[in-house]
Amino acid sequence: MTTPANLKFMTSDEWVKLEGNVATVGISDYAQNQLSDIVFVEITVAVGDQVKKNAVGATIESVKAAADVNIPVSGKVVEINEAISQSPEVINSDPYGAGWLFKIELANPGELDTLMDAAAYDQYCAERSH
Amino acid sequence: MTEPTVFEMSSPGRCGFKFPAPDVPAAPLPQGFVRQSLNLPELSEVDVIRHFTHLSQLNYSIDGGFYPLGSCTMKYNPKVNEETARLPGFAHAHPLQPIETVQGCLALMFELQEWLKEIGGFAGVSLQPSAGAQGELTGVLIIRAYHRSRGDTRRNKMLLPDSAHGTNPATTAMAGFEVIPLPTDARGNVDLQVLLSHCDDTLAGLMLTNPNTLGLFDENLLEVVEAVHKAGGLVYGDGANLNALVGVARPGDLGIDVMHYNLHKTFSTPHGGGGPGSGPVGVAEHLVDFLPGPLVKIVEEATEEMPPLYGLVMPPYTIGRVKSFYGQFGVLVRAYTYINMLGPDGLRKVAEYAVLNANYLLSKLKGKYSLPYDRVCMHEFVLEGKWDDCPEIHALDIAKRLMDYGFHPPTNYFPLIVHEALMIEPTETESKQTLDAFADALLKIAEEARANPQVLKDAPHSTPVRRLDEVKAARDLVLCCWTPGQ
Amino acid sequence: MFTPHTEQEVKEMLQAIGVKQIEDLFQDIPAQYRFPKLNIPEGLSEMETVQQLQEMSEANESTNELICFLGAGAYHHYTPAAVDALIRRGEFLTAYTPYQPEISQGTLQAIFEYQSLIAALTGMEVCNASHYDGATALAEAGVMAYHHFRGKRCKFVVSPCVHPQYRQTLRTYMSGYDCMYVLGDQPENVAEKPESLAAFIDDETAMVAVQYPDFFGRVYDYSALEKIVHERGALFVVVVNPLSLGLLKPPGEFGADVVVGEGQSLGLPLSFGGPYLGIFATRQEYVRKIAGRLVGETVDRDGRKGYVLTLTAREQHIRREKATSNICTNQGLMALASAIYLSLLGKHGLRQVAELCYHKAHYAAKKIGQIPGYALAFSEPFFHEFVVRCPQSVSEINDHLLEHGILGGYDLGADYPMLKDHVLFAVTEMNTREQIDALCAALEEVSHHD
Repeated sequence: MTTPANLKFMTSDEWVKLEGNVATVGISDYAQNQLSDIVFVEITVAVGDQVKKNAVGATIESVKAAADVNIPVSGKVVEINEAISQSPEVINSDPYGAGWLFKIELANPGELDTLMDAAAYDQYCAERSH
Repeated sequence: MTEPTVFEMSSPGRCGFKFPAPDVPAAPLPQGFVRQSLNLPELSEVDVIRHFTHLSQLNYSIDGGFYPLGSCTMKYNPKVNEETARLPGFAHAHPLQPIETVQGCLALMFELQEWLKEIGGFAGVSLQPSAGAQGELTGVLIIRAYHRSRGDTRRNKMLLPDSAHGTNPATTAMAGFEVIPLPTDARGNVDLQVLLSHCDDTLAGLMLTNPNTLGLFDENLLEVVEAVHKAGGLVYGDGANLNALVGVARPGDLGIDVMHYNLHKTFSTPHGGGGPGSGPVGVAEHLVDFLPGPLVKIVEEATEEMPPLYGLVMPPYTIGRVKSFYGQFGVLVRAYTYINMLGPDGLRKVAEYAVLNANYLLSKLKGKYSLPYDRVCMHEFVLEGKWDDCPEIHALDIAKRLMDYGFHPPTNYFPLIVHEALMIEPTETESKQTLDAFADALLKIAEEARANPQVLKDAPHSTPVRRLDEVKAARDLVLCCWTPGQ
Repeated sequence: MFTPHTEQEVKEMLQAIGVKQIEDLFQDIPAQYRFPKLNIPEGLSEMETVQQLQEMSEANESTNELICFLGAGAYHHYTPAAVDALIRRGEFLTAYTPYQPEISQGTLQAIFEYQSLIAALTGMEVCNASHYDGATALAEAGVMAYHHFRGKRCKFVVSPCVHPQYRQTLRTYMSGYDCMYVLGDQPENVAEKPESLAAFIDDETAMVAVQYPDFFGRVYDYSALEKIVHERGALFVVVVNPLSLGLLKPPGEFGADVVVGEGQSLGLPLSFGGPYLGIFATRQEYVRKIAGRLVGETVDRDGRKGYVLTLTAREQHIRREKATSNICTNQGLMALASAIYLSLLGKHGLRQVAELCYHKAHYAAKKIGQIPGYALAFSEPFFHEFVVRCPQSVSEINDHLLEHGILGGYDLGADYPMLKDHVLFAVTEMNTREQIDALCAALEEVSHHD
């Protein structure tokens, strides 16, 4: 799967897509692949919550692993993907699309600068595969 | 053929057990409290015996064959243990009887405390913890209580090597400490430099499994212990791997402050398909007052005519109870029986042969399987279950294929620091012939991996069921013989 | 005995390894601490060992000889012979945790059936593969409540009529977390109605735990309390004696979120307090928050039905410091024993044994209540235990009973100072009318002399 060029990434494998002042958050193709078959997602933030960068926003479980999803940017949660808990396998099949988790209205756009761009992230994944 | 469940086998009207007729007048039943229905199966005794006998036949067990499950110490469980634990005087003793009527139980527990103290090199032992993980929680709560008793409330960091069992970090979190992982160095020891960088006045302690889960004795153990002690921290010893040391070295002598024993590993009590275990905790002198109780003590010294009177005593600054009553008494009887039969020489032989067997097996496999840390091992060793020339084969495939050869697979995917880990612990009770046969199977599998990888991918072939769909199990949860709500 | 090598084999093995002697394998251990002389008795033969343990066991006077009216969390019941015959099978006894499902279907299906049997008995939807005992099952309910509210609710309200040792164990477990409080269990409040716990329940309450039948044997209607608990959003935890549920309405019918209990009464020997069985059942919605192992049904590659450990991502070997608990080894064999017991007795047998306990206890209570100097302390309905106020100290009475070969009840004074001179009697199917009459006769003697 090619990494969409318009996304930014955390070292813990979350992606961010910025549209206007709202950031959509999900986990990368590399991360879903590492987890393998995802069986459960719990989004632990709610619409309206003020959240801080690096706090935990969701938990994802596969049969062999569990991972916390870190919040990449501070701000207010404006939407969560309600459908995802019913069909968590969508994160495996469409991590950058229907597998999104939640949306945050940015409080501090400067935080985006600390994230990797797609090329840097690809490089980062390649290094870890060895 | 699949065995039906007891609910599927049920025939209305059957009953497998008859109680005597009531010999007292019936009292009115409590109005409003009587249940209307009870959905339990209706079976005859023969139904029940056959059903569970069939189920048992689907299991692999130590009694059936070699079980080299790393870090689990699956040694032979002597049959005499089952007899002694069922002696009527033990099996039918009520835990709340007056102490004068249970001196046999208390004497056994007292002696076992003393023996475990001696074997571990500790000043005090509590038999209360129910299993290894509870022993860990007990030990870490003791560390917390110790620091707090000295007004030392800033110590919130617990260091854990990255090779640690998952119970260590889970326990640390339950005891309110922060987990600080320590890397393993190139020789498989704790990275001493990183350890030193954490040695300050916020250090609560270090949880150390030694030999570690790679089966290696830390070459810098004394420096590691000293560094933690110098910083004011305490060292927790995870006794999961005591089988390598019993009779050979005493953790207390090596500076460990607190340790749990796994009676169901080192002292041969059976695992029972997942318990009961027993995880007594031993502590150095400065921690004895914090032990969970009650402990068994002599409350009246022996006289010329009378044996001592044993009683139950709560230590003055105890962390409290960790379970009801006094421990997994039936398991204690088994461990007592075992130690009683082995004595000091037999115990030393346990560790010696456990280590001999592991190194012998390693010598036969080295070269065909890669060995991430090439040293003399202790009671177990970790191989990499992966080869560059057949990348599609994983440790899991090797493990499953071993079943076709009639062996229980080693632990795989643990420790986490070896990606395709095959962790092999043969134990001392296995003969050279068994080890040879097992090594032959692994060598044959290494050949098959190249010649016919599909046979590994499809393994096992000869077991009651084949590989099971764990994803389906987790996605379409069925945890009960019927669907909730129906 | 249990180490098979001959001298010749040892020699060959050492040669293959490339060392001269076994001691060479221990070079990594600091030399000054290597090979200590252990001061424990020399090893004995099996015959001598059995002889010695036999003698130690005979130093006890157990319920094998004594007539038992002692309960308080551990009960003298009959275990059908089939139970022990089956759990002694080496295939169950000497297997490890079923991590390799292809060769562990026996253990896995047995646990699956155990989960189902307990769910049916408690009226709950899911049950885990067991905890160490009733006390730790309650403590794990506390841990679950802690996680459920992500540490944001800090009060754990417990009735004083929950077994004192269970409350102590819960306190030990909760002491690990900062600023979590166990409260509500003032011993002087034992005569209050369960709803009086409402005074302790607020929006910071994570859970409220009661016992059913309670520690004193009493059976309460908890529906009013349940309403209060749920209005505040807390979890309602009910500690049970599972055998009583052969007769009594299950907690699933009165709103329990978690049912925990001591499974010893389901076919396990008294064994001086362990190994017992911690029962833990809950509703499906909490399944990912519970501790311990769970067995689920699935299919194999060929489409055959089979069982695996499932939702393991909650557990310590995967989740590590974020696990729902540190529990690993549980009480697998004891869960198996209780599954066999429940299968054998079935719906009729369990009702029968529960009723036998109930009727015999009521016969005993009525008779004891008529002895001058003795009185029943409570008037609520009870199952198979009841509290009696005595004319003398309980220890004196129990000493006297022991002279008659009777193991008296539990002295409540130490745990509940206001119940000084009060004793808790337990009566089970093991007690004949004759034994109960003998107890009454012996009690009557004590009321007369002093």
